[in-house]
Amino acid sequence: MNHDKDPLLSVRNLKVYFHGRDDTARAVDGVSYDVGKGETVCLVGESGCGKTVSALAILGLVPDPPGEIVSGDILFKGRNILRLKEVELQHIRGNQIAMVFQEPLTSLNPVFTIGNQIEEAIQVHEDLESKELRDRCIRLLKDVGIASPEQRLKDYPHQLSGGQRQRVMIAMALACNPDLIIADEPTTALDVTVQAQILNLLRTIQQKAGMSILYITHDLGVVANIADQVYVMYSGLIAEKGNTEQIFSQPRHPYTRGLLASLPGRSSRGKRLHSIPGSVPNPSHKPGGCPFHPRCASAVETCQSVLPDMCDYGKGHLSRCPVIYDLERQEKSREKRGD
Amino acid sequence: MTSAENILERPETPRRTRLQELWLLFKENRLAILGLVIFVLFFSTAVVGVILTSGEDPVFDPALIRLQEKLLPPLARPNLETLAHGEAPRLGVYLFGTDDLGRDVFSRMLQGAWVSLTVGFVAVGISVLVGIFMGGIAGYFGQSHIKNDQVIITVIMFAGVVLLGLGKEMAGVVLLLVGHASIVLLLVSKRIFRKRTPPKWLKMLHRNAISLDTIIMRLVDIMLCFPSFFLILTVVALLPASMYNIMIVIGLTSWMGTTRFVRAEFLSLREQDFVAAAKALGIGNFRIIFRHMMPNAIAPVLVSATIGIATAILTEAGLSFLGFGVPPPHATWGNILSDGKRFIFDAPWLTWIPGTAILIVVLCFNLFGEGLKDAMNPKLREK
Repeated sequence: MNHDKDPLLSVRNLKVYFHGRDDTARAVDGVSYDVGKGETVCLVGESGCGKTVSALAILGLVPDPPGEIVSGDILFKGRNILRLKEVELQHIRGNQIAMVFQEPLTSLNPVFTIGNQIEEAIQVHEDLESKELRDRCIRLLKDVGIASPEQRLKDYPHQLSGGQRQRVMIAMALACNPDLIIADEPTTALDVTVQAQILNLLRTIQQKAGMSILYITHDLGVVANIADQVYVMYSGLIAEKGNTEQIFSQPRHPYTRGLLASLPGRSSRGKRLHSIPGSVPNPSHKPGGCPFHPRCASAVETCQSVLPDMCDYGKGHLSRCPVIYDLERQEKSREKRGD
Repeated sequence: MTSAENILERPETPRRTRLQELWLLFKENRLAILGLVIFVLFFSTAVVGVILTSGEDPVFDPALIRLQEKLLPPLARPNLETLAHGEAPRLGVYLFGTDDLGRDVFSRMLQGAWVSLTVGFVAVGISVLVGIFMGGIAGYFGQSHIKNDQVIITVIMFAGVVLLGLGKEMAGVVLLLVGHASIVLLLVSKRIFRKRTPPKWLKMLHRNAISLDTIIMRLVDIMLCFPSFFLILTVVALLPASMYNIMIVIGLTSWMGTTRFVRAEFLSLREQDFVAAAKALGIGNFRIIFRHMMPNAIAPVLVSATIGIATAILTEAGLSFLGFGVPPPHATWGNILSDGKRFIFDAPWLTWIPGTAILIVVLCFNLFGEGLKDAMNPKLREK
């Protein structure tokens, strides 16, 4: 991560609550992360851990009511997005921050041709003549690897395959050369080969245009493939943060370890897959202390009462588990004494 | 990758647009086709009719009185000896007969067709526009609330305007000033209490009073409670009689169905991903409502509009029959019918011809609308 420069996007202690009739769901409960220029940052976690909500908050799209951004700051290019008026937000959306959604089928309007929709994505922010507009659309479709774009412009979404639709969505996101693309599980609805193509596409586009990507996924395979920085989220909190190398080779949080152990690998062939016992806590009734303690094998008594702070392992590797931190320190000092 | 995709991308099935597909489905419904044909005939007759019956020297003069030729049956030949030059019917016969003043019923029917057509279309146009607007707002912004303070200020301002209108200037001006002052006061207090916790009375004022959805949908319910024909009668009796007033009044009393349709469609469309995607692209709310969501919600509106035209034509005919419609001497199907009812036994064609015309046109719009509904609603296709 670039420590010398300010990051492009900086989310600080973001809390997003959803008020129900009887209780409040704390979907995002104090999350901080940074996305540097040209970086790919992955948010990883199970369903319901607050990944998507924290991304929607960046665009000011948390439905209110019932959602409410309780506290926190989202700094984009030094400006606090949460303080902006709706009109200013509209200027940022699509223009500087674009989003690719999970379901390419339902994210395109069924009654318009894709040409129409890409054109509109451009028109909202830029004033172009129709000829220029068309050329730009064709170039965008070519960039995202759609063959014979001139004809595809006249197609309706239902005439395209899932992979093509997601490419169109990416083309729309790229339409105004945004600085940041938020990709909310863009490959979940696609099969594995298409998934690999889309990931490749995102990577090439990023290298060409130098934009940042905030990639939200639950698929650790994808993370290993594209991420620079990884944030592992659990129950509305960041559990562990580090670069890809650190997270995959030296996971320091029991949750990350559990996730990695659950991946099917070559060595585990023929064996039962590992799983983390239990399930994600209900965001309205979170356990006290560390939210992971009911499912954690290394939990101690203090885990039940005190929410641990992030422990620093150096080189930007942080983990919210003091138990493992202490264990490692003891080991290290024992080694030192042994020397 | 590209070559492989090329193969996958070329569908061999013929490419059809939505309209073509709709036509294919619509074509199979014979009654609907009949409705469409009659509709086209009616439309062209009305357009040709207005050209032929208006102007200084119309081809078919609906207002020409020939008292010596009164109450002639259809296809009767005129007695050319008693008629002045140019008074003879252009077709050589009175195609639909003559009425009690010796006016050519055929000319009058032509003139009336245009009235029915324009009243039907304009009234439904108004009602659809109002309905879409209200339904769109209720469906999309329905969850946003109007706050207590806003209600109070609106009431104060409204009362002020009413008092001004009634001639009590002093009281009106005072109320308007109070209204403006309270707006300023609220804005200031919001500034002051941004950081601190506001006192109880301010909290009370900021509490949600009523949601937009409630306001609009209760208004719809209230409007639906009125027997609309009598409401129209009352309004028309108060307003000067003219074709435009009738269009506007019919339009403004029939938008409730459209509002309900559009609201219902919007409630489900609002949750769709493409709306979220449009928002994420920075597209404004009104553009999302009218450009992105409306085309998805328009099918049931179109269907109900087609049937609405039939209702509007019937309503106009009814008003004219009762003498509240387009003022004479302008002919409408309703007032031809009404004039003819005194001679129903002596000259039955005066009631039969406009009556049958109304029946056929209304029926054709209903058939056409039903056909459109079947073609547009995929759930009904497999019958």
